[in-house]
Amino acid sequence: MILLTGNDLASGDVIWWTGSGWSRHVGEAADAGSEADAILARESAALKVNAGYSVEAEATASGPLPLHIKERIRASGPTVRADLAINTAIPIVRA
Amino acid sequence: MYRYDQYDQEIVDARVEEFRDQARRRLAGEMTEDQFKPLRLMNGLYLQLHAYMLRVAVPYGTMSGKQMRMLGHIARKYDKGYGHFTTRQNIQYNWIKLEDAADILAELATVEMHAIQTSGNCIRNISSDQYAGAAADEIADPRPWAELLRQWSTFHPEFTYLPRKFKIAVIASAEDRAAMRLHDIGIELVKRDGKVGAKFFVGGGMGRTPMIAPEIKDFVPEEELISYAEACLRVYNRYGRRDNKYKARIKILVHEIGADEYRRQVEEEFAHMKTLGIDPPVAELARIRTYFADPAYETGLSDAVDRSDPDFALWLDQNVVTHKQPGYAIVNISLKPVGGIPGDASADQIELIADLTERYSLDEVRVTHAQNIVLPYVKKADLYALWQQLDEAGLGESNLNLITDMIACPGLDYCSLANARAIPVAQKIADRFADPARQRDLGELKLKISGCINACGHHHAGHIGILGVDRKGVENYQLLLGGSGAEDASIGTITGPGFGEDGVVDAIEKVTNLYVAERQEGERFLDTYRRLGMKPFKEAIYG
Repeated sequence: MILLTGNDLASGDVIWWTGSGWSRHVGEAADAGSEADAILARESAALKVNAGYSVEAEATASGPLPLHIKERIRASGPTVRADLAINTAIPIVRA
Repeated sequence: MYRYDQYDQEIVDARVEEFRDQARRRLAGEMTEDQFKPLRLMNGLYLQLHAYMLRVAVPYGTMSGKQMRMLGHIARKYDKGYGHFTTRQNIQYNWIKLEDAADILAELATVEMHAIQTSGNCIRNISSDQYAGAAADEIADPRPWAELLRQWSTFHPEFTYLPRKFKIAVIASAEDRAAMRLHDIGIELVKRDGKVGAKFFVGGGMGRTPMIAPEIKDFVPEEELISYAEACLRVYNRYGRRDNKYKARIKILVHEIGADEYRRQVEEEFAHMKTLGIDPPVAELARIRTYFADPAYETGLSDAVDRSDPDFALWLDQNVVTHKQPGYAIVNISLKPVGGIPGDASADQIELIADLTERYSLDEVRVTHAQNIVLPYVKKADLYALWQQLDEAGLGESNLNLITDMIACPGLDYCSLANARAIPVAQKIADRFADPARQRDLGELKLKISGCINACGHHHAGHIGILGVDRKGVENYQLLLGGSGAEDASIGTITGPGFGEDGVVDAIEKVTNLYVAERQEGERFLDTYRRLGMKPFKEAIYG
């Protein structure tokens, strides 16, 4: 599956495409499939996402998760500051 | 300390307002990200893994208590209550909002600070010896020279779009505490016939192609410093590779044409530069020098220190350094507590250091390239009271230059360029070697960790270096031995196949065990490695 991600323009927060908007939680992300480029172009132009791009992902028991460790850390928050994490339950390394 | 004149303040204030308008236009959609990105980077604002990151310049690592307090204020008001001191003697904040960025720059400007030249292909913040002006072994304070270079390089129209970023360090002692020869230009102040001048080393650096800068000129008189630096930059600007980002640093140019040919071209350019009259009058360096005059030391102070508290005595022996002025000491505040994040300090800690700077260090504080803090002017009579307050705030770690005093870049926990995490590895190593007696037994051991080949964690220059790489999507750590960023500069050698996070900690234990078994009287880890060579260490690791 393909997830869309980027940053909120004003706050810089990491955000994920949900199918109808953007969320800070990867668990709410939706598969953008073949529409990825069109959605990114539209949402970037509308300032809904900054520096957006697509990532490969997989469906897991706890919801969609990116395949690459870098994107998993973006989704979870810094692994060394649990107090600042978005979701510490996200497995950083793929099973 | 240097203080802004009206021109400094005007250009910084104007830059804030210019950026405020640029950020407003980006937020309003009047600019695309591609258009805005180079503008925000020129003001130190990056887009990192989790958010915008702002890197604030600390020229040659020197600040007042008031400036340090502002850094704590920004951490509390605009970030998530902490900042990260970097290997360029700067500070960066990891959670900045674009909508706040101009306000932050405006607040910084009120204390004569900014974020200019902390990004982009320009001459970056000039770095220097953290003990400058206080060291017993320096021939002069290097900071007036660094400040002159700062003024020359700020917004220099010819050097705003160099082939690549450009880093300069200035030192003034035989002991190199600033990794001078691993800079694009390293300047060592030397004396000849009673006059102080600059020895130029050009073409050093780390990154994917580490190089130790060769000496290019043995003595440049102070009245020709700017002409010579400009000649060095002009040759680079003319012939540096703009076609390939990975070959664009000056080290590649110097390496490819050779130091002798580079020197010849610089000398030719220098002869031309001298006809242009661009050097400031000698009186200007003298004027700048007055800002760095010795502070108002008290005289007749005792050098005696009560060592009856054993924990204090340990800190005294490890973190306190000889001062040039009787009755005073240089204090190193470690930002490397076991379990902590190298270089991080909370807003509370930063503000406490600001208070202590004013109370105990004649209102001056320094940031080191090893991600620690220095109070350069502390009366020996105040050391115990100072240590008690530091210790209470978690800043009393006695580990300067020991194995737990690691340099570590933010790595994949924060950096979008990184391939692997650096901080968790640093924490595991610190945990493994947490015993203070074991650390002291190992002695001086500089361990440096980078989360990618860009080498912000100086892994090439570590007695033990670690480089994090991505191996098919899995973090892997290469081990290097034998590097040094000091006056005996050398580039570390990779031991062999890499390791997982736990494996690299085990490997480090094996090499330190071998060192303990094989060391001769007075040998540091690096000395033993250089005497024995890689072979026995490799056998200990992989055998």
